[in-house]
Amino acid sequence: MRVIATQYAVELRNITKTFGSVVANNNVSLNVRSGEILSLLGENGSGKTTLMNMLAGIYFPDSGQIIIKGTEVTIRDPHDALALGIGMIHQHFKLVDVFTAAENVALGLEGKEAFNIKEISKKVRAICERYGFDIDPAQKVYDMSVSQKQTLEIVKVLYRGADILILDEPTAVLTPQETEKLFAVIRNMKADGKSVIIITHKLHEVLEVSDRVTILCKGEYIATVETGEATELSLTEMMVGAKVTLDIGRTEPVNPVKRLAVKKLSCRNHEGVKVLDDINFDVYSGEILGIAGISGCGQKELLEAIAGLQPTLSGSSVEYYPPGEEDKPCQLLGKSAREIHERGISLAFVPEDRLGMGLVGSMGMTGNMMLKSYTEGHSFFLRSKEPRELAEQIKDELGVVTPGLNTPVRRLSGGNVQKVLVGREISSNPAVLMTAYAVRGLDINTSYTIYHLLNEQKEKGVAVIYVGEDLDVLLELCDRILVLCGGKLNGIVDARSTTKEEIGLLMTNLKAGDSNNG
Amino acid sequence: MDKKQLKKSGGEPLVRIAKREGVPFWKAWGVRVIAVILALIVCAIFIYLVTKLNPIQVYKVMLEGSFKSKYKVLCTLRDTALLLGIGVALAPAFKMRFWNIGAEGQVLMGGLATAAVMVYCNELPAWLLFVVMLAAALCAGAIWGLIPAIFKSKWDTNETLITLMMNYVAINIVLCVTNLWRGEKSSMGTINMHTKAGWFPEIFGYRFILNIIIIFVLAIAMFIYLKRSKHGFEISVVGESANTAKYAGINVKKVIIRTMLISGAICGICGFITVAGRDQTISTATAGGYGFTAIIVAWLAKFNSFYMALISFLLIFLENGAAQIASAYSSLNDYAASIITGIILFFILGSEFFVNYRFVFRTKAAKEVKG
Repeated sequence: MRVIATQYAVELRNITKTFGSVVANNNVSLNVRSGEILSLLGENGSGKTTLMNMLAGIYFPDSGQIIIKGTEVTIRDPHDALALGIGMIHQHFKLVDVFTAAENVALGLEGKEAFNIKEISKKVRAICERYGFDIDPAQKVYDMSVSQKQTLEIVKVLYRGADILILDEPTAVLTPQETEKLFAVIRNMKADGKSVIIITHKLHEVLEVSDRVTILCKGEYIATVETGEATELSLTEMMVGAKVTLDIGRTEPVNPVKRLAVKKLSCRNHEGVKVLDDINFDVYSGEILGIAGISGCGQKELLEAIAGLQPTLSGSSVEYYPPGEEDKPCQLLGKSAREIHERGISLAFVPEDRLGMGLVGSMGMTGNMMLKSYTEGHSFFLRSKEPRELAEQIKDELGVVTPGLNTPVRRLSGGNVQKVLVGREISSNPAVLMTAYAVRGLDINTSYTIYHLLNEQKEKGVAVIYVGEDLDVLLELCDRILVLCGGKLNGIVDARSTTKEEIGLLMTNLKAGDSNNG
Repeated sequence: MDKKQLKKSGGEPLVRIAKREGVPFWKAWGVRVIAVILALIVCAIFIYLVTKLNPIQVYKVMLEGSFKSKYKVLCTLRDTALLLGIGVALAPAFKMRFWNIGAEGQVLMGGLATAAVMVYCNELPAWLLFVVMLAAALCAGAIWGLIPAIFKSKWDTNETLITLMMNYVAINIVLCVTNLWRGEKSSMGTINMHTKAGWFPEIFGYRFILNIIIIFVLAIAMFIYLKRSKHGFEISVVGESANTAKYAGINVKKVIIRTMLISGAICGICGFITVAGRDQTISTATAGGYGFTAIIVAWLAKFNSFYMALISFLLIFLENGAAQIASAYSSLNDYAASIITGIILFFILGSEFFVNYRFVFRTKAAKEVKG
């Protein structure tokens, strides 16, 4: 324990952390003052979360110094971190669903305090008032919205006296309105003299809320800049390490033809709750139809119902109009994924859960190429030549980085996994291509590769459905945007003329009366 | 309190565990060989401290357990084959993540069906008798595998419990039937003692050769089935994730039922081999616990037939060795022998940890920074 003169609340000096042969952080330094908001910017896999996990006591650095308020410290577990006033709000909430807000705060407290829920509730209320949170200590967590759960996580660390807060991708799950609210709270905390570190890869948020930005790239420290002197382009270039053009390049749809007609689509989940309620819309060839909504509003069920993976209620209908034979529509519902495939209906689907649904993690690229086509041919044995050639082709064309075609795809990075999946689906020459959160967790370059692939498909006359969460991208990429809210269709808007705010409102406020006018 | 506090913030942990990436083949086997050597050294210390015997001498006796005579070698191979056979039967089920704990019962039912045919159809011509015995054993084993599969696919019951309980049902059926057959006699006795109807013939003048050949063929066939066939592909996908299987259009229920039919049927064949090729009788001890040991075999080998053969041999070798030690030395009884085999197994299994992980010790540099 050495005392070191510093003007910073937190100072990390030359931190290095390796996992096996992977260098997650190499000689990274970073500092935050009291009453300051610092953005930690970098692509997925650039080591942001790893670095912060070392501050929060989850990992231990291989080398380097951590200095908190002028004292060099050793943080061996989250307990040590809290004792130093460091609190981290993780991307995945760590709450007990069946407990109330106050009970969740009580979890992990020591001594008698943990059992005095009344006292805890009182303190929680005081914290809420001070920073402008909206939380009822007696409310059960399962009744809370995502944004409320996040607020509760923040309250939890504030209750424990944290004055250095780390938020890991806090806006990933929020609507634009909720994001604004969160930023207001963060500014309140700043005014209160707390240090806030926000891990993010969204540039406009960085520019909006933070005072300074520290940029990491592939585990290396790149720079720290004042937000006032930065632009989106300058930040991106530092983050990616090369010049990039942030242009998705949308074209006008060329003679759109109706490809899918979804009528009165409803379905229930395992608990019997209606997750899709009377959905009506059409999908046209040569266009990208965006689907927006807070996560869990029926996006997953909608795509899975069309793909034959989700049982629907009677009365539902999804008609497919084959290319060239648009006058002979064919009902998709009631057919299994295999039947749809065998009828030659080329429906490609890139599901949200890439390794849990779209791919087999333990198989290599070759094995995964066979996933939908392995039944072809009469032989009892698998064909090995065609899938291997297809794998080879996708590897070359999309630049998949893999040690070998038989390396389990689970071991590839997120971007490469998605390239394998999208590549396979596109290779089937689909008439309809459905993608769910196709760029989630991907770096900027890979994201743009995916956007360009989708645009290419659109130009080839494919009807593309794009379920997305980043509204900026939806607005730039899609032709029309369908907004789901609580399992209901809340409007279809023209992506060229609408605004983020309009979509945000459609996502959260169900319009009264019949809204299915699309 | 102060001390505790100090200790807690005392700096970097002394040892950390880190994952190894891409361990080369020779290195992995090097680790395993070192593990065996270490195991032998530890056992030697144990033997010497407890009994003052010469450990080298004891190891020699242990080797004799499996290799002393031609007959011993043959028995070792026979038992290895049986264990491997059940492992081969379990491999597709476990690869599908269907927890088939019921091999013991499936083998018993196969054995019982074989014995029944031997008892009631012993007038048939030899070739037809074998065909009927094999068919009966196949069906009995397959039915014992099918029942939990149907429950699983129709009502999503827990297959671990059902396959486990089916073992006890099988044991009791065998008890009941053997009681009926033996009548007034005190034990079941050898079936068709004089006519030798339904006994496996000797090949090259040796018994058990046919057992070994059958299992050898099965093991190769299973290797190809899992690696190269469309069925094998479906099993892998279902085992990885039911969602992916649905996405790929695989009928998960059908695959579960089909795979368990195969798994049970091969167990049935193992029962057939045991009764017709080894015991010529049936009892609750026919499967001899191999149905459970084979679970370890299948998992350790990650369902690869060749590794399964290796592991089966190791387990049988240790078992024979222990028995030989126990009978050769009065000071090393059954228990001491079990301890020795236990130590060897522990080291071999433990070596897998060192194949996949390594220790990182606190470095000097880190200490200096802590000052």
